Amino acid sequence: MAFWNKEIETMPRAELEKLQLSLLKKNVRTMYDSSKFIHDRMKSVGISPADVTDLKTFRKIPFTVKTDFRDNYPDKLFVRPYEDLERLHVSSGTTGKPTVVGYTRKDLDDWAESLARGMVSFGMSKRDLIQNAHGYGLFTGGLGVHYAAEKIGATVLPASTGNTERQIQLMRDLPVTAFAGTPSYLFHIAEVCEEKGIDIQRDTKLRLAISGGEPWSESMRTKIQDRTGIRMHNCYGASEFYGPSFLECEKQCGLHTWADICYIEILDKNGDQCAEGERGEIVITMLQKEAFPLIRYKIMDISSLTWEKCECGRTHPRLMRLSGRTDDMLCVRGVNVFPSQIESVIGEIPFLSTFYHITLENKNYMDDMVVEVELNESSLKEDMTELLKRTRFVEDKLKNVLSISAKVKLLLPGTLKRFEGKSQHVTDNRRDDW
Amino acid sequence: MENENIITQLSIFVSNEPGRLAAIAGILKEFKINVKGLNLAESSEFGILRAIVDEPDKAYDNIRSRGVIVKKTDVIGIKMKDAPGSLFDAADVLGKAGINIEYGYAYSGRNLDYLFVRVDDTEGAIGILKKAGIELVKRSEI
Repeated sequence: MAFWNKEIETMPRAELEKLQLSLLKKNVRTMYDSSKFIHDRMKSVGISPADVTDLKTFRKIPFTVKTDFRDNYPDKLFVRPYEDLERLHVSSGTTGKPTVVGYTRKDLDDWAESLARGMVSFGMSKRDLIQNAHGYGLFTGGLGVHYAAEKIGATVLPASTGNTERQIQLMRDLPVTAFAGTPSYLFHIAEVCEEKGIDIQRDTKLRLAISGGEPWSESMRTKIQDRTGIRMHNCYGASEFYGPSFLECEKQCGLHTWADICYIEILDKNGDQCAEGERGEIVITMLQKEAFPLIRYKIMDISSLTWEKCECGRTHPRLMRLSGRTDDMLCVRGVNVFPSQIESVIGEIPFLSTFYHITLENKNYMDDMVVEVELNESSLKEDMTELLKRTRFVEDKLKNVLSISAKVKLLLPGTLKRFEGKSQHVTDNRRDDW
Repeated sequence: MENENIITQLSIFVSNEPGRLAAIAGILKEFKINVKGLNLAESSEFGILRAIVDEPDKAYDNIRSRGVIVKKTDVIGIKMKDAPGSLFDAADVLGKAGINIEYGYAYSGRNLDYLFVRVDDTEGAIGILKKAGIELVKRSEI
């Protein structure tokens, strides 16, 4: 079993917890002094950094939530000047405004360190050639995987998303051994290969994959692994942490988080700490982050945490497979979509009513999103060309905000069911048991 | 003064669901609305039943009273001779005048054939067609 940073990865739990607490105290002090946001939050409950001597006191600090990023858009949460920042990434927010995150040199190094440990833990090394089919650009997936793979000395093929034909050609022609992308995209590639009579096991050297960016199941892992011979490793993260940050090791038994990089709490419905292994809401604190504070952040994902030592020898806590959200966020083709984003787009289009319905399907092994909207009676036209134009108009507006395409259906006024409550805006017909 | 050659067409919006068209036809029957010409167009989500009827204003109110979405649209009725080239004559003068025909549909009557067309400049088209000696349907003739 290879390690990237064996000393820290196998440190006994007692020592790790000591290290974690000291990093936590230091981070709270730094952010209290430099971030008005954290300063005010701590003041509001009467806690100063000097009070934070243990986790119990730390847990009195109010949570940070997604809307704090929106309310402080674009960069008001940053505690470092731009001359200290080396990169920005932007991800979707819950409404019109996206979430902007910044990185100092150390942040970028820590991010790559976290992923590098994970890559080595499932058997990647400098001998691997990784085809990175995560999107390069504002999203964190592409560059995150890219720099971590370079850090361990692997060769990176920055394929980015899309163009399946070319992806397949590259993995056949080049000695590609590893793949990074969403599990549904890998499944799609496997499907297309099958149609073309390409046997991934015989015709490529692919054997490892990092599969994240969307929720997926154990049964999906078994199916793709059996079909392709590629061992798939779950990946977890969010741009507010760094980006994709935590991976599974070769034992495939949970995501290895790093106690020197983050402190994770699992909370029950009442906000109390869950027992080890019990499912609850993830609340994460980034311990070494410099660009902006991420203290007690409610990422809105549900999972459980265990400190049980992994068979691989690593002692850090593991997050079990995510099992849902505490909000209504949808993950479509690896992109986070909030119904509220769609609602705000529709609210700005004068010829539509405020009603809408989202339907998700994955018939072709790729997610399809259909958004049904209603025309206003007063602006209803009997001109088909004009109707088609309006459909395209709504589709373009949605794509601008969501970063992914949705098919729009214009319906007659009064056609959509009038519901109370938010959840009924979505019908998710996707199956995860392919 | 309103142009007597402007014909009021009813555009009735119909959801793409089984039985919806029958329901609309039922309403037309119930109110004894006599349909002189019709055309059914469809988008992927709903259809539009375009109809030329006697007493369009009354029909409009009746259909509307049943919660059905209906709009009034101005069209022109071109009298077609029972001879080759009739369609060409009408389309040619409009084309040369830069008037666009958005859609059209034909109706065969007892004495004459009509072509109902929707154009992007109704008044302009009426003037040009008349000047070219093409006969148009009067509202009173419907």
